[in-house]
This record gives sequence, structure tokens and C-alpha cells, in this order.
Amino acid sequence: MSELAERVTEICGQNVYSCYQCGNCSAGCMFTDEMDTLPHQAIARVQKGDASVLEMDVSWICASCFVCSVRCPRGLDVAAIMEALREIKIRQKGFTKLDLRKTDLEKLPQIAITAAAQKFTW
Amino acid sequence: MEPSLVSDKEKIGVFACHCGRNIAATIDTERVVEEVLKHPAVVHAEHYEYMCSDPGQELIETAIREKRLTGVIVAACSPSLHEVTFRETVKRADLNIYKCEIANIREQDSWVHENKEKATEKAVKLTKSAIEKIIRNEALSPIKVGLHKKALVIGGGVAGIRAALDIADAGFPVVLIEKTATVGGHMAQLAETFPTLDCASCILTPLMSAVAHHPNIELHTLSEIENVEGYVGNFHVRIKKHPRYVEPDKCNLCNECENVCPVAVPSEFDEGLSLRKAVFIPFPQAVPSSYLIDANACLGMSPLICGKCAEPEVCGPQAVNFDDQEKIIEDDFGAIVVATGYELYNPTNLGEYGADVYPDVITSLQFERLLSPSGPTGGIPRRPSDEKIPKRIAFIHCAGSRDERHQPYCSHICCTYSAKHALLFKELVPDAEIHSFYIDIRAVGKNYEDFIRRVQEETGIHYTRGKVSRIYEQDGKVKVLGVDTLLDERIELEVDMVVLALPMVPFQGVKDLAGKMRIQIDGNNFLQELHPKLHPVESATSGIFLAGAAQSPKDIQDTVSQAGACASKALGILTQEKISHIPTVANVDEENCSSCRFCISVCPYRAIKTIDDKAHVEEVLCEGCGICVSACPSGVIDLRNHTDKQVGFMIKALAGEI
Amino acid sequence: MERNFEPRILAFLCRWCGYQGADMAGTSRLKYPSSIVSIRVPCSGRIKMEHVLDALTRFEGVLIAGCHVPNDCHYVHGNFKCLNRVTLLKEILAQMGVNPVRLRLEWISATEGRKFARVVGEFTQELRKLGTLNSACTHENNSISLLQVKQSE
Repeated sequence: MSELAERVTEICGQNVYSCYQCGNCSAGCMFTDEMDTLPHQAIARVQKGDASVLEMDVSWICASCFVCSVRCPRGLDVAAIMEALREIKIRQKGFTKLDLRKTDLEKLPQIAITAAAQKFTW
Repeated sequence: MEPSLVSDKEKIGVFACHCGRNIAATIDTERVVEEVLKHPAVVHAEHYEYMCSDPGQELIETAIREKRLTGVIVAACSPSLHEVTFRETVKRADLNIYKCEIANIREQDSWVHENKEKATEKAVKLTKSAIEKIIRNEALSPIKVGLHKKALVIGGGVAGIRAALDIADAGFPVVLIEKTATVGGHMAQLAETFPTLDCASCILTPLMSAVAHHPNIELHTLSEIENVEGYVGNFHVRIKKHPRYVEPDKCNLCNECENVCPVAVPSEFDEGLSLRKAVFIPFPQAVPSSYLIDANACLGMSPLICGKCAEPEVCGPQAVNFDDQEKIIEDDFGAIVVATGYELYNPTNLGEYGADVYPDVITSLQFERLLSPSGPTGGIPRRPSDEKIPKRIAFIHCAGSRDERHQPYCSHICCTYSAKHALLFKELVPDAEIHSFYIDIRAVGKNYEDFIRRVQEETGIHYTRGKVSRIYEQDGKVKVLGVDTLLDERIELEVDMVVLALPMVPFQGVKDLAGKMRIQIDGNNFLQELHPKLHPVESATSGIFLAGAAQSPKDIQDTVSQAGACASKALGILTQEKISHIPTVANVDEENCSSCRFCISVCPYRAIKTIDDKAHVEEVLCEGCGICVSACPSGVIDLRNHTDKQVGFMIKALAGEI
Repeated sequence: MERNFEPRILAFLCRWCGYQGADMAGTSRLKYPSSIVSIRVPCSGRIKMEHVLDALTRFEGVLIAGCHVPNDCHYVHGNFKCLNRVTLLKEILAQMGVNPVRLRLEWISATEGRKFARVVGEFTQELRKLGTLNSACTHENNSISLLQVKQSE
């Protein structure tokens, strides 16, 4: 088990090695156009312990709509794994992804605010 | 400590084996012999290099004859290795095989310890405990019971047909029962079979007809198991036969009744893609070759309303009989083959694929009917919604299989049959564009990989690696939301029709049947074999065998092989004059039984009954596990040759007190 | 307690799994203490409470090895009967003042020779710490006479 995978399991309780790379999460995801890598690939990187996934946009674009979690044939909560990837970054000192003060909240759609609530770093 | 109480009639011989250096290097067999000779029951002890060799066995035989031994201990390797060998040896010297015991001083002594002193001490204890056991062993003979030389086969699919024919051909009577109105099962619905593309009907219908005409086969359709009692060789079975309402002997298949019948319902044989009448024949080649009435759909059950088919000018031979009654058939069988087959997983459980909402999202068996020359569209695949010939079609592999939310197992045949579908479809619609969404291609079977390659090369099928997330309809087109995990891109594909490769699941009611027959089911409700490698067609209940997709998802080849294996196992029983059963069974001191019925509740084999309110062991059912012995609060049950008294003395001997 | 004290163990081994596992340890030439002796039983569900108590008056520990739960039992559910019985026995032992650790139940399959050897090693270590039933702390000392009373009845 890679160190990264262990950390992810520790945070969200999901065993990323259950994933057999069917791609259902990526197929159902509505935000893949904005992502620099697809959700199933992000999981593959975690499996291999490739920490570069932490620097990618994929987990931050994730809106936590849970379509991936609902349809995962291995019963993985993919959204929780994305959350865990964010958490790892958030817990690093001085890390700021989203500055609320600079964001125009009124223009944001509801789901974005809900999702972003998990991404605030103050 | 009291000396072990031995009747002076017991004369035990001990034979310690060196096993070359395997035992002798760590254990002083000379000392073992000296020590055991101190035991009052031991009249002979010796050691030899290889006890299992011919001269070694000769030593044992000679000693039994010359010293009139009543029991033999062989201190050697594990009983799993040579217990049978040495029991045969003593049998040759006219000693009962249960008067031979093994002390395991190799696997559990010389091979696992290094200190010669301690290992030898342990060997003495092990041998002495075997002595304590054997002097209290009864001389037993296998329990023999008669049997009914007749087999029951449950399920009339290709597995049941094959098993029934094999047993019947060997000259034994067979009763074949089938739940639906005809034998043939799912195989009769198939267009062509992979990888050879044999026409399914062409290879199956001759077998169906053979079943109908075989003098040794008694066929009961529309029948199910009501109750099973008894044990191997002597199963007593009650079969419930539902009324057919048309007498098969009189029906001449003129189809006049069908023409006048006013009721139309979806056809089961065509998987709901066509309509049939309330009086119908499942398909023209059905066996028995006769119409029947679907009582749930028919109006004529109250003849005031309809009854058109029964009118003399319609049914000339007067085959229609509204007064037909349910029958109970009781019979006895020596062996039973369970071949109850599969169903497709219900696609409405896969909400995101919309099979219950969109008519053009169909199941693989429905597509099979569309490809079949005898199918609802005459062999030209037309989509259900508007009967147009689809040009662009998508196959979804693993639709519900390998999926924790549905069926966690791989359904084994979907990859190959989806490839077959693609090939047959391409032949019928040459300008078709075929997409296949897969996770892995698992074409495991003889020549399957060649077949997949042929399909890839001939059809130009687009294999896309990635599971489909959602299917929906928009503007008369079916949209498939997928991903290509190899090209890292999401796919939104517009197609005319989608075929779902659904997993095979055991037929409904399998739990009920398994309960009635005392056979186990696994976590996915498939029937559980005794051992996956060594006993793949035996159930845990002796005399009941498992064939086909009821045991696990499998293709026709494997199904037929299993059916043949079942037939051979069943014949192994039917050809015997008597059934042998191990005699080391539980027995009850009935006089002191307190009638608490504890033993009945713990027995895994329902081998204990009460007679006059006292527990009574049905010896042929008892497998000798001894669970009842340790559960009996009154301590009146004991296990032959493994009694509580024996265990007590063995413990003392092992503690070095004897 | 002597450093080289060898606690005696009686093992009840089910003939389908535990016994085969012990054989496998032999076939693999694994080494474990020779102070363990075994009785082959048809099923772990066959083992009576009396046998265990009897054994504890003569041995420092009792090991039971059966087929893995839930599905490996050759006799459908004998292993569960054994599990129930052991759970109850441990309660009884505790009430009698005998350390329940002296009774150990393990699921050992026919292929788990390594596990068998490891379990025997571990169990011996544990029992070594506890000492003999007779020489151990007072309440264990009293309970041995209780056990023996039961035997003589």
C-alpha cells in the first residue's frame, strides 16, 4: 500500500485498491471538461502513490455531487476520496486554495457554494 | 492414577515405523517399543524401517495371525496418508478395520521437534493414547441399506436433458421434471452458440425429442418439487404437477384454438418482444409437443365468459379440458440431479440504464431473440420502439455484474456472447456500427480468444474500455454516457439501440428448493458444491448432484460436462446393490434420554428423530460429526469408536498418567 | 517460574482442518515445542466441555483448532457450535478463577501449517508466563481443586 493511499484511507475510510479502473466515475462526472485528469486516473495515481495528484485540479473541480459514489461498482465513495485529497493539501500550513474574500458569492450557483464549503482553508 | 481397565481379552500389537531416517533420526523407536510393552494390553511390539512396504505389512499380518492380536497400532506417518493402507493390511489378516489405529509420530512429532529425548517421550504418549483408544474400539462393519434404482432430474434445460439422457441410456429409469411447459430451457431461445456458431435449435431439438421418446425417461412439465425426504439411495419425493388444461396425447397442433383465442399476453419465449395467446405452445418444437392453457390469462376458466377453444368445431380431437386438476406425484429415487439453471438479472434494478423506461434498451436474451430466425422479427433485428433496423448499436458489458451494488461476481459468458451478438448483427446489417463498452475482455474457454479476435477483425467493432455511467433517450436516439479510459476522454454516444449484458442469477425460488433438499447455497444464491476442486458436482447432501448454471454462471460446454459428471456420479450410486455408509455414527442410550430434543436442533443432517419421545439416530443419515454428542445435556449420546470414555483415557495417556 | 518451564498443551484438532494443518506444519518441517500433544476429533463441534475441563486438570493449556468460520466446516456448522461452547467455557473458567487464556480456539485450515506452528509457539509463550495451574496465584490454585472435584464426581 502506498503511503499516499494509506493517508487517504486514514482520512476517508475508503480502500483505493478496491478500484478496478472501470471508469464509471469518469463516465458519469459532469465536470470532466474542467479537470486536468479524470477521477479514475486520480485514483490510479493514489494507488501507485503518485503524489503529483495532489497538485492537480481534479479534486478541486469535484462538486461532491456523488454521482460517482452512487454508481461505483466496487462500492467506493469516490467523492470522499476526492475530499481526502483536498484534506491532505488543506492541512498543509499556509495552503490557500480559495479566498472567500475575493469570491463573489452571489454569482456562484448553490451547488458550488455547498461544495466550496468543504474547500475553505481559513 | 488408576490403571487403564482392560479386559484381558484385548491383545494389542504395536508397530513402530522408522520411515527411513524420517522418524528414526528424531525418535528412538526401540525405546517406544520398550515403553509400550509395559502396557498390560500390549502383547507384541516391534519396529521396522518401512512399515508401509510389503515386508512391513507382512510383519503386521504375521503378528496378527501368530499372536492372535485383537488390535493393531501403527506408530508412523499421519493417518491421512496410510490409515487406509494399514486398515487393508489388517483386513487381510481377518481383523476388523476399526481395530487398527495410527499414532502420528512423523508429521506431528519427528518432523516438528529436534530434541530426541523429548520427541521420543511424546511418541510414547501418542502411541499409548492410541492404545487406550483401540482397546475400547468396537469392531464395526459398514452400514448397508437397499436403494431405489431410479434417478430424479430437476430442471429440463440442456443440463437436465443431458443428465437424464446419460442415466437413461445406461439403463436406469429417470424422472425429469421441468417447471415450464416445455423442456429446452434458455438454450432453446438462443440464435447461435459461440464459438462455433452452431445453431442452438439444431443441436438442442434432437436431444429434446430424444427425451420425449426415451423409454426410460418419464417427463413431467409444469411440475415442481413439493417435498424431499430421506437420504442417498432412498429419497422420497413429492412432485406437484400443475394442470395443463390440454391433453397432450389428443392435441394435434392444428392451432385452431390459438386462432380463436381472444386473449394476447407477452410471450415468455420471446422475452416479451411478441405476443402469444392464452392457449399456446411455447415454440413449435416444444416438448411435449402440445398446446396448453395459461390459466392466469385465460377467460375460459369460467366457461360462461369464453371457452371458444373448447368448442367441438375448433378443437376436433377434444383435447381442451378445463377440468384438469393439479396432481401430486410421489416416487422414490436413489439419486437426484439438480439442474435448475439461471435467469437474467432484472434490468429494472439498474435505474441508470433505464431498461424499464426506454424500449430500445434491451437485454441480451431479447437481442438473442431478435437475431434468431424464429424470433419475433423473423431474424431481421428490428428495434422494439419503431421496428426500424438499428444501424448504430452499443453493447454494455458487466451491466450489473462485477458490481457490489448488484451481483459481485463475473458472469463468465457475457464477453463472449456480446462478441457473438456483434458478429451475427454485422452479418445481418452489414453497414452497422457497433460499439462495445467493456471493463476487461474475459474470454476464458477453448477457442474463445480466437473467436474474439475473429469478431474484432471481421466486424470492425469499436471496443471502448470503460464502464457506462448512464443511458437516456433524447429525440428518438439513445444516448450513452461513457468514458474511454485508454484515451482519457468522456464519451457521449448516440445510438439506435443498446443491449445490456446482464449477469446470470440463480432461478427464483432457489432458496426454497435448497431448503427442501438440504443443500447449501453460496453468498450469491448459487447452489454450493461440496468442494470446488475435488467435489465440484456433489452437494453437501450425499446423493444429490449439481449441474449447470444453478451452481455458477457457465457456458453450454461446461454445463453439459457437469451434467455428464452428475450422471456418472448418479450411476455410481444406482449401479450398487447396497449403499455403504460409515458405521462410526452416533448412538443414543434411549432409555435414559430426557426427550429434550437438543440433539435434533443441532444435527446438520436431520438424522435424529424421536420415536416414542426418545431420540433415535437414523444411522444412514448420520455423518458421524458428533455435534449431538457434545450437545446432549443428559450425556446419553455417544459416537461409535470416539466415545467420551475413549477421549477421557486418551487425555490421561497423553498426560503421561498411563 | 523456571525459565525453561515447558507448559504442556493438549490440542483437540478437527480431522478436516486443524489436524491437516498440523500435518502441513510437519510436511513443511516447521519447528514448535514438543510439549504439545493432540487428539484427533471428527469435528470441533464434537469437543465436550468436560473434555476441556478434564484436560485442564492435567495440562497447562488447551488448544482447539477447527475449520474457518463461516463456511469451511465439513459438517455444516460444527465450528459455530464449538465457538459457542468455547465462549461459554471461558466465562465459566473465569468464574472458577482459571485464566480463560488457558483455553484457545483457532481456525486453522489444512493449508495453514505455518499458522499452526505460530499459534503453538505463541500459546506456549503465554502459558509460560502464567505458570502451571497448581503453582500459579492462589485463586487458580483453588480452582484446580474445583476442577478435580468435578472429575471425581
